[in-house]
Amino acid sequence: MDWKRFGFIALIIIILFSVVVMVGQVKQPPLLIITSMLATTIAVATPLVLGALSGVFCERAGVVNIGIEGMMLTAAFFGWLGAIYMFHIFGLGNGISIALGVLFAILTGGLMALLLAVLSITFKVDQIIGGTVINILAVGLTGFLNRQLFFGKGSVFGGSVPSSPGVLPTIHIPITELFAPICGASDTCLINVQAINRVFDQKPIAMGAILLVFISHYILFNTRWGLRTRAVGEHPKAADTVGINVSKMRYANVIIGGMFAGLAGAYFTIESVPSFEPLLTNGRGFISLAAMIFGNWTPIGAWAAALVFGASQALLINMQIFRDVIPPAWSFLQESYIVGLTPYILTMFILTGIIGKTTPPAADGVPYEK
Amino acid sequence: MQSEKRPSSLTKQILQSILDASLIPFLAILTAVVVGGIIIRFVGGDPIRAYIGLIQGSLGSKKALSETAVWATPYIFAGLAVALAFKGGLFNIGAEGQLAVGAVFSALIGYALPEWLGYDLPTFIHLPLAIIVGMLMGGVWAGIVGWLKAYTGGHEVINTIMMNYIALNTTSFLLNGIMKDRSPTNVIARTPLIAESARIEPIFEGLRVHWGFVLALLVAFLIWWLLNKTTLGFEIRTVGLNPDAAQYAGINVKRTIILTMFLSGMLAGLAGAIEVTGLNYRHELGFSIGYGYDAIAIALLGKSHPLGIVLSAFLFAAMRNGATRMQFLTQMPVDLISMIQALILLFFAADAIVRYIYRIKSKGERVVLTRGWGG
Amino acid sequence: MAETNIVLEVKGITKQFPGVLANDNVNFDLRKGEIHALLGENGAGKSTLMNLIYGLHRPDKGDVIVNGKIAAIESPNDTIALGIGMVHQHFMLIPVFTVAENVMLGDETVKRGSLDRAAVAAKIVEISKQYGLDVDPNAMVGTLPVGLQQRVEIVKTLYRNAEIVILDEPTAVLTPQEAEDLFRIMRDLTARGVSIIFITHKLKEVLAVADRITVMRAGRVINTVLPSETDSAQLANMMVGRQVILTVDKKDHEATEEVLRVEGITVRDQRDLETVHNVSFSVRGGEVLGIAGVQGNGQTELSEALTGLRTPTGGKVTIDGRDLTGKPPRVITEAGLAHIPEDRQRHGLVLSYTVADNMALCDYYHPPFSQHGVLQPKALDENARKLIKAFDVRTPSAFVNAGKLSGGNQQKVIVARELSRPVKLVIANQPTRGLDVGSIEYIHSEIIKMRDRGVAVLLISAELDEIMALSDRIAVMYRGQIVAIVETKKTTREQLGLWMAGAHVETAQ
Repeated sequence: MDWKRFGFIALIIIILFSVVVMVGQVKQPPLLIITSMLATTIAVATPLVLGALSGVFCERAGVVNIGIEGMMLTAAFFGWLGAIYMFHIFGLGNGISIALGVLFAILTGGLMALLLAVLSITFKVDQIIGGTVINILAVGLTGFLNRQLFFGKGSVFGGSVPSSPGVLPTIHIPITELFAPICGASDTCLINVQAINRVFDQKPIAMGAILLVFISHYILFNTRWGLRTRAVGEHPKAADTVGINVSKMRYANVIIGGMFAGLAGAYFTIESVPSFEPLLTNGRGFISLAAMIFGNWTPIGAWAAALVFGASQALLINMQIFRDVIPPAWSFLQESYIVGLTPYILTMFILTGIIGKTTPPAADGVPYEK
Repeated sequence: MQSEKRPSSLTKQILQSILDASLIPFLAILTAVVVGGIIIRFVGGDPIRAYIGLIQGSLGSKKALSETAVWATPYIFAGLAVALAFKGGLFNIGAEGQLAVGAVFSALIGYALPEWLGYDLPTFIHLPLAIIVGMLMGGVWAGIVGWLKAYTGGHEVINTIMMNYIALNTTSFLLNGIMKDRSPTNVIARTPLIAESARIEPIFEGLRVHWGFVLALLVAFLIWWLLNKTTLGFEIRTVGLNPDAAQYAGINVKRTIILTMFLSGMLAGLAGAIEVTGLNYRHELGFSIGYGYDAIAIALLGKSHPLGIVLSAFLFAAMRNGATRMQFLTQMPVDLISMIQALILLFFAADAIVRYIYRIKSKGERVVLTRGWGG
Repeated sequence: MAETNIVLEVKGITKQFPGVLANDNVNFDLRKGEIHALLGENGAGKSTLMNLIYGLHRPDKGDVIVNGKIAAIESPNDTIALGIGMVHQHFMLIPVFTVAENVMLGDETVKRGSLDRAAVAAKIVEISKQYGLDVDPNAMVGTLPVGLQQRVEIVKTLYRNAEIVILDEPTAVLTPQEAEDLFRIMRDLTARGVSIIFITHKLKEVLAVADRITVMRAGRVINTVLPSETDSAQLANMMVGRQVILTVDKKDHEATEEVLRVEGITVRDQRDLETVHNVSFSVRGGEVLGIAGVQGNGQTELSEALTGLRTPTGGKVTIDGRDLTGKPPRVITEAGLAHIPEDRQRHGLVLSYTVADNMALCDYYHPPFSQHGVLQPKALDENARKLIKAFDVRTPSAFVNAGKLSGGNQQKVIVARELSRPVKLVIANQPTRGLDVGSIEYIHSEIIKMRDRGVAVLLISAELDEIMALSDRIAVMYRGQIVAIVETKKTTREQLGLWMAGAHVETAQ
């Protein structure tokens, strides 16, 4: 990745953080604010990272996937539904139900991706239309089932939404425990270390997402699978002539992409809040695509871009906390409306390519015909 | 060389193309209906009663037909919007946002203009003004994306979706804020009623269907004429099929892209404007949710042909309208309709080899390998 | 004959594509250590046959026999396993990968889960040395010149221990010198026991390098002969099925005034690299100036700059004294330009439009084809009918989609459209690429006709024979510069070849 792009990312993140610090420092010390923002950023960026990884795998293999939004939505729904069913109907424990819920979400993502694969690889339907079909189907399916399963005639749950078994727990990384001795008796030192620790205490999917970034990078650029995937996305005919099964590679990568999107879906209803709302993904699937483009179709680049979006969302959240101390001149920040527009405007800005030209895989979006 | 003349008469042409084009959509609808029936059965309902309810509710009485036409009106406009963009090689997913923008501005002119001016306006000025302003603002909303695409290469799929969210948030802000209906009984986010002089009359006494419906049909014909009979239409289609050849042919590709998006946005804005001036007489938050995606489905099913769009719009309108009766008869929620529509689209996309949009596609038919010399 | 070792044989191969019988009961054999040329014009079925042998398609009927055993070929993997390698006409290389990555693709060496690039690189260097191919395993393929890319393709086949190598139209992208190099490599390979099938449509090459020649026409094998027993005329006759006049009938013609003047033009391509440096020349009415040069030396960008498809970054272009530098295509067209583009399906036609619409592609916007923005179908149809007749375009009707026409007829549509306008300058870029002999003859005669009528013609072509046959003067383009401009009569093929290869940077006017 080039410095112009990294520079831009760093700049935006610094600006966003600075705004919050400047406003909030009346109430809290800067270190606390920064670490809190950082922690929130990482958490909130999770679905975007996973969505972007989904896009990376699909598109590196040559299949444009704008159905990430729909995949996330269906996965969020069925993951949540699965957890509820396991808990209430099969009587399994909280932990197991939740874990199974995540599994269901991943599988759902994979299945929806399979649908996209069939449409665009086998039937050679235009990939953007295929993705749109997935999105429309997702909205219709989840909306319908959400109503029908709980409020419909003969519903197992008799007319109300049962409570979810819960959310995934935050995993504590023992940084405080490690550094406490060094701090000795100093209170401020301890508080600071605890603050820093909060950045690292994340939930499983968030941590998993970061891990997957690096795993994906390795796979894509250092393994046989990655080489073949990229070949199929750049010049499928060339890959065909050396005996690689283009269809198979594309199918596999699209399904893997779907599973990433599925995991992102699980974030919404199993890690973030234990409930489902229609359209809860709210455009995150599309913003993921912008992150992927901005990251030049690389896992690490996409991660960096996703963090920027995450930061803008973290800004919004933190503004609520400091709402009472926002100086009058800056009262527009309180208006969640304006700040809430940031991700979208940022996306459009990034797509203009001012920050840097990006090159998609050469055969991206082109159905392969022998 | 045989026939010199074009295939004869207009009617024959129309019939031929309807036949060719409607086979696959018809099959798609059939399959979706069957699958929908299975799903209804699966969740414990009676498919036959459900579908009867659907048909009764949409076509079974004068009132039903009127309501279907009411639903169809914005669908026709929005479907045309997406279709026009398709013909130009662009994917306009932003019909939703453009529609909202059009509605908001129409409503604004509708209720606020007399206040600002201090006197009432005659209908023949006020109404067209409200509609035109809404239309133009919708056009601008889409035109921005067109400009971005032409001059920065920013992809219109993501940009129109972003504009949708921006439009949604902005309308929410406005309708909860300065444009809110301040009457004492109102708590929801909506504008005040627009002035009498900015309203479209219903066609029949007692029924809601209004002249906007007739306008929709006229506009459909107009768009067909524009695309197929004018030089502008030729340019739009050429850019859509092969932008390289278009450039070679002397067409200003950038300008055409912007213009296509602008026109597309105008049509979507028109949908919003007509809903405000002809049906609700105000703009209410949330009324336009879903039109955008429906418009895409309608445009695809109608194969981007104005006639196909009118028919598909009717189909979707009938489904939406009939759904309430269906729910009454069988307790099937109206969301089922969304699902069936999604299924229709799914089967349609799977069956048809769609040749829209991507220039990558427009390499066209396979060329017969040369043999010997000549043809 | 019993002594000769047949390594590859095809018997009764038949393959039908929609509308075309590409291979009709083909029989062919290859002996060990020979260079067997497969000769035929575009569309004769040579590439199809090779794709069948290589496993990219399956034959409808017939067998492929390798070293005496019938081979069951389901995919390229099987062919590779049998020791057959293929160098395609359009390279099967991934520009953003390195040489090593391209070579190992499909047969990757893996160490503990990750790609072992070092081992592959070492083997490539070894093969390189052994066969004198001089390839750097760590270079990014997209940055390599065409001749080197082709060597990478050859290394790919040798890396997989190919004993039989198929070369599909390898010289299409090479200068005469590079072609000579290739022939040397081929002879080296056969000396080591590799057997080669060499596909081409160029008569001279075949006579120079082949041990045996098989001619195909319209999907059938016509005959197999020894080079010593035949000559160009006979081979051409077999290729086309009739007497072929190998030269163009061209009388001397007095050129008039300067029409096109190009001064110091520089152009950048899409990667923002300067591909045309300070090019100057002029073309007078009634003469043909041919720009010779192997593809990739800036010809594409130069013609784009002259026809308005790309804005030059420096210099001046004038037609009849009018400055048209950087003006859009329509303005230049209206100033009297006819442009026969390099890529007919990409720039020259909209394949989904009818022939009639394509005939008016550049003129639709003014009367009689449209009035006040409304198209006039009658005028369009009238025009199409007239042109189809005048230019002998073979099509069932004017309302067929252009995509359904053969390559030759598609080109005729473009030629008809462009040359029927009152024009002062014709720019023809690779006008006969991929066409059958009949169409080639036709287009050549049209070009000469325009010239005789006093029109200035700029001909850009990678086929040196075509340039020499049609041009009054020849300019050679190499690495974005004009390295020579000479009168055709005063130069030779060899000298042009040297200039095309960059040797001798001496400008003769």
